[in-house]
Amino acid sequence: MAEEKNILSVVDLHTSFTTDKGEVQAVNGVSFDLEAGKILGIVGESGSGKSVSAYSVMQILEKNGSIKSGQILYKGEDITKWPEKRMRDFRGKCCSIIFQDPMTSLNPVFTIGYQLKEAIKLHTNRKGKEAEERAVEMLELVGVNEPRKRIHQYPFEFSGGMRQRVMIAMALACEPDILIADEPTTALDVTIQAQILELMQDLQKKLGMAIIMVTHDLGVIAQMADEIIVMYGGRVCERGSAEDIFYRPCHEYTKGLLRSIPNVDSMGKRLQPISGTPINLLNMPKGCAFCPRCDEAMKICLEKQPPETRTPDGHFASCWKMIQAEIESGMIRPEDASGSGT
Amino acid sequence: MGKYVVKRVLLAIVTIFIVCVITFFTMNAIPGGPFAGEKAKSPEVQAALEKRFNLDKPVGQQFVIYMKNLLHGDFGISAKTGREISDTISSKFSVSAKLGVMAVLLAVFLGVVFGSIAALCRNRWPDRLIIFLSTLFTSLPSFVLGSFLLVIFSVKLGLVKAWSPTNQNLILPVIALAMYPSAYITRLTKTSMLDVMGQDYVRTARAKGVAQWKVLFVHTLRNALIPVVTYLGPMIAGVLTGSLVIEQIFTIGGLGAEFVQSITNRDYPMIMGVTIFLAVFMVTMNLLTDIVYKLIDPRINLD
Repeated sequence: MAEEKNILSVVDLHTSFTTDKGEVQAVNGVSFDLEAGKILGIVGESGSGKSVSAYSVMQILEKNGSIKSGQILYKGEDITKWPEKRMRDFRGKCCSIIFQDPMTSLNPVFTIGYQLKEAIKLHTNRKGKEAEERAVEMLELVGVNEPRKRIHQYPFEFSGGMRQRVMIAMALACEPDILIADEPTTALDVTIQAQILELMQDLQKKLGMAIIMVTHDLGVIAQMADEIIVMYGGRVCERGSAEDIFYRPCHEYTKGLLRSIPNVDSMGKRLQPISGTPINLLNMPKGCAFCPRCDEAMKICLEKQPPETRTPDGHFASCWKMIQAEIESGMIRPEDASGSGT
Repeated sequence: MGKYVVKRVLLAIVTIFIVCVITFFTMNAIPGGPFAGEKAKSPEVQAALEKRFNLDKPVGQQFVIYMKNLLHGDFGISAKTGREISDTISSKFSVSAKLGVMAVLLAVFLGVVFGSIAALCRNRWPDRLIIFLSTLFTSLPSFVLGSFLLVIFSVKLGLVKAWSPTNQNLILPVIALAMYPSAYITRLTKTSMLDVMGQDYVRTARAKGVAQWKVLFVHTLRNALIPVVTYLGPMIAGVLTGSLVIEQIFTIGGLGAEFVQSITNRDYPMIMGVTIFLAVFMVTMNLLTDIVYKLIDPRINLD
């Protein structure tokens, strides 16, 4: 059964924030599946709803944000229906998260040991000495030298990369099924980035958890992910395997993203940025969210949201341009593209 | 840390010495003296008194004698009552301190609790009400508040005796004394809580599965109280050493009242005694604040 393969399924998730200026729909009907032990990459620019999707899974949104509709199925159970008390057990034990900025993500007034042990004591039966042993073991695992000495130190005595290692140790201390990494390397310098990514891959092999990798860095994604979803304006534009997305992109936004990163072929040529600015989530267009910035935009793009459609090679994209091409080549009949007004 | 404390204590001694110098010479520069102006004394008595208190010598020499005695722990006797200064200070201070300790505890409790509530209910009615009241109490002078409390609870309602010679009820003066600092702590706690609640590490704590109340009391409050502690040191010193106004309104014979009286009386040894006591107390409280500061925020490097 397909249900059993997926440790986490997000179905038509809508998350929005109430602000003084109105309701901001940060996530607008996002769906994705995460297979146990696989790495899923969520790519998108700032404000595309990738982090909010991740926080929605953990239900650690800011006070003014809430999940409006949709399901989040963990091992087939809808966790959006779970009471807060049950969610507390979910966080840290079933699903952990590491954040973008390791410099501010650890509490400055508690020792590293205290913060690690706090997570361990919450979700396991280990207490006192045993919890401490586990903390030391985890620090060793993530490559912190002299862990026995280091657990008595405070976050300010650690460098950025080391703090991120501590964050990873803390997240994995209770062996969760899922690790969400919210731009885990953005705040680190390049050599450290590589080390952290390597560490994550290494740990994934050892511990076998699934990873949701949220990032705007296509390089990171290319290196790590099995499956990728590309997000824009709170919606999923395209999803498929890493190969599909990198070699056979179908959505104009994905193509634009790939054109804007340097590679060996583009050496000596100018990079083509995506023109325009990210959309205002307060004022979402009626049609395709990317349409105002899309070079290939058609009339229908302005009027109707493109439905998610299977691409020729079998991944999924939501783009009228692609749907049109498929209709013209006779691959699909117009009525198959549900909602198509052509 | 030990080195730091020693350094601070040495500095404190310098500070206190400077306080002594300034007080001693300004005090002597003011016209009049302990034995001037009152009912006529015979020249012999006057001379004997001045000799007893070294007033017949030049001011510089007086100062040297005073400092010598002080180093032997001798504050001298009052020029008015003839009692030992140290006895007077300790008995008066115990009254002020008893009142002060209660006021400090009340102020910290109210301030932290209401500050936290205001932060948690941001922009809702409890927040608005608390901030309105704290603005009111920070701007209300203590003599107005003290008189109000007396009029309402003692005169109109008759709930508390305004004054009793044996067993004074301290509830009204404690409230009057605590209101300003508690209002101030409330605002400080609220601002600081809001700041900390938005920090990434609070989100990390939630993401670990820590219960909401524990996130609040362990991860948030400890960070939020750092600015409050900074204010606490000088505040405790101020409240404990007695408020002249409150002590006058509620007729409490504390150190604050004693201090003012000693100045009107030109009671030189008493002025010096009380000033030095207050200076030492203030310096000690500041040092304690810094040490506590270090204890709750490991990033502070005292050395």
